[in-house]
Amino acid sequence: MIEVNELTKRYGDKLAVDHLSFTIPQGVVTGFLGPNGAGKSTTMRMMLDLDRPTSGTVRIDGKKYGQLHQPLKYIGALLEAKAVHPGRSAYNHLLWLAASNKIPTRRVDEVLSLVGLTAVAKKRSGGFSLGMGQRLGIAAALLGDPRILMFDEPVNGLDPEGIVWVRTLMKTLATEGRTVFVSSHLMSEMALTAEHLIVIGRGRLLANMPMNQFIDENSRSFVRLRTPDPEKLLDAFSGAGITATLDGDGAYEVEDGDMARIGDLAAAHGVALHELSPQRASLEEAFMRMTAESVEYQTDAAPQWGSEWKKES
Amino acid sequence: MGAVLRSEWIKVKTVRSTFVTLVVAFFVTVGLSALVSFFTNQNFSKLSPTERATFDPTQTSLGGVYLGQLAVIVFAVLVIGNEYSTGMIRASLAAVPQRGSLLTAKALIVLGLVLPVSLATSFVSFFLGQALLGSHKAQLSDPGVLRAVFGSAGYMTLIALFSLGVGFLLRKPVLSLGLLMPFFFLISPILSNVPKVKNVAHYFPDRAGSEMAATQANPNIPFGPGAGFVICLLWVVAALAVGLALFRRRDA
Repeated sequence: MIEVNELTKRYGDKLAVDHLSFTIPQGVVTGFLGPNGAGKSTTMRMMLDLDRPTSGTVRIDGKKYGQLHQPLKYIGALLEAKAVHPGRSAYNHLLWLAASNKIPTRRVDEVLSLVGLTAVAKKRSGGFSLGMGQRLGIAAALLGDPRILMFDEPVNGLDPEGIVWVRTLMKTLATEGRTVFVSSHLMSEMALTAEHLIVIGRGRLLANMPMNQFIDENSRSFVRLRTPDPEKLLDAFSGAGITATLDGDGAYEVEDGDMARIGDLAAAHGVALHELSPQRASLEEAFMRMTAESVEYQTDAAPQWGSEWKKES
Repeated sequence: MGAVLRSEWIKVKTVRSTFVTLVVAFFVTVGLSALVSFFTNQNFSKLSPTERATFDPTQTSLGGVYLGQLAVIVFAVLVIGNEYSTGMIRASLAAVPQRGSLLTAKALIVLGLVLPVSLATSFVSFFLGQALLGSHKAQLSDPGVLRAVFGSAGYMTLIALFSLGVGFLLRKPVLSLGLLMPFFFLISPILSNVPKVKNVAHYFPDRAGSEMAATQANPNIPFGPGAGFVICLLWVVAALAVGLALFRRRDA
């Protein structure tokens, strides 16, 4: 079990991680979500004792990472894909890692075939594509057959096939009873893989709950409709106490609307409907709303492209 | 510690730069020493009486170390610098979070590789050099000669360990090499010829260390080969200690 307690990291006058506390549930995939620059990677590096926290602690089964004996057998981590000497082969990279934690050499061949790199195992890793580098990083994480796995943005740079492969792998690892902690800046990616969700923004905890609960609390459902005669329909709505708002697309949205009731009402008033459909706002929107105030690099209002030449004409 | 050492050994033996730098160190030192010995012998009759009086055939035959040490410095700096420039240091520390053990293992690997290479380099340089010096040659059994040949190997090894410490300190190989190369190749030799400043420059690691390769005490330097070894060793300990202190404290 991993417990993060009041973890804080300060770079100069900037707080990258701000009194972050959470516990990672065992045996499931936990998504660690936040916009770019939210402090996800910094947090993960501190969990592995690579970066020194300004204050706060991380405990793995009650111990500091540095106190673990042969840590690769406890935790396997994929941090950045290319943490490999380009002149060394994938096989030799895994070989020194295995030696450092007294992992039997046959495991090297096992994980290479598990990630599909056997054919290129003896080639210099400098020639690897981003996707192959990512696979090598995952092989390194799996080397010690650890109970806990940490992946920092594992699908970055992967082709669609690779993305599906990583998703399946994470789910498989969790079904085997392992704890999987995976970071992403994409809610849609997490919705497909994670059972539990930890959301941070500007280094602060924004949400820590099961994925289902997050979906229930954050997804908005509404009914969308289109009509050639909006005035008549809106009159009928106001008589029935229904509020409809115009969306940007010329359609109307009724929050938590009852489709049958709206359809009957339109029919009773003789208004034609061109669309009547149930809608669910995406989790992506919920996530964006939640982190809107904490986004690190926000753009200003839409820039006035071409304002110079427009003035002249 | 055994596991960490084995892992570090696999690291150095699975990249080409290790062998390239060590082979270069051997051939550059031996080659330059042979050239110096050959031309000294050719031109011996033209040497001034004072030059003849202070002529030391052993030191002449080991002269290539001055250039060959640069390859050894590159080797030692890359042992740690490569990890920082490739990001591999994070994989290393995730596998071995005990930073003291990691530094110790790297120091032992540098010691274990550079010492035999520089012993071979020193002895081959000496025998080849003496053969080329003709009638002016020294014997290994002459006073101070064997110690000087061993001292030359010890010097190369200590300079490598010192460079490893600096490598831990500065992390980026370009930075470490940019400091060490000009220092040992230019700045230190120049300073040691500037009046007054040279009294301090004598204590620089390379100046003090090269005393180890002298057969007799240099009258211009206030200490002998033994003290030179100790001073050089203190520089190594200091560089590794400061390197370790920062390595422990810093983010990887």
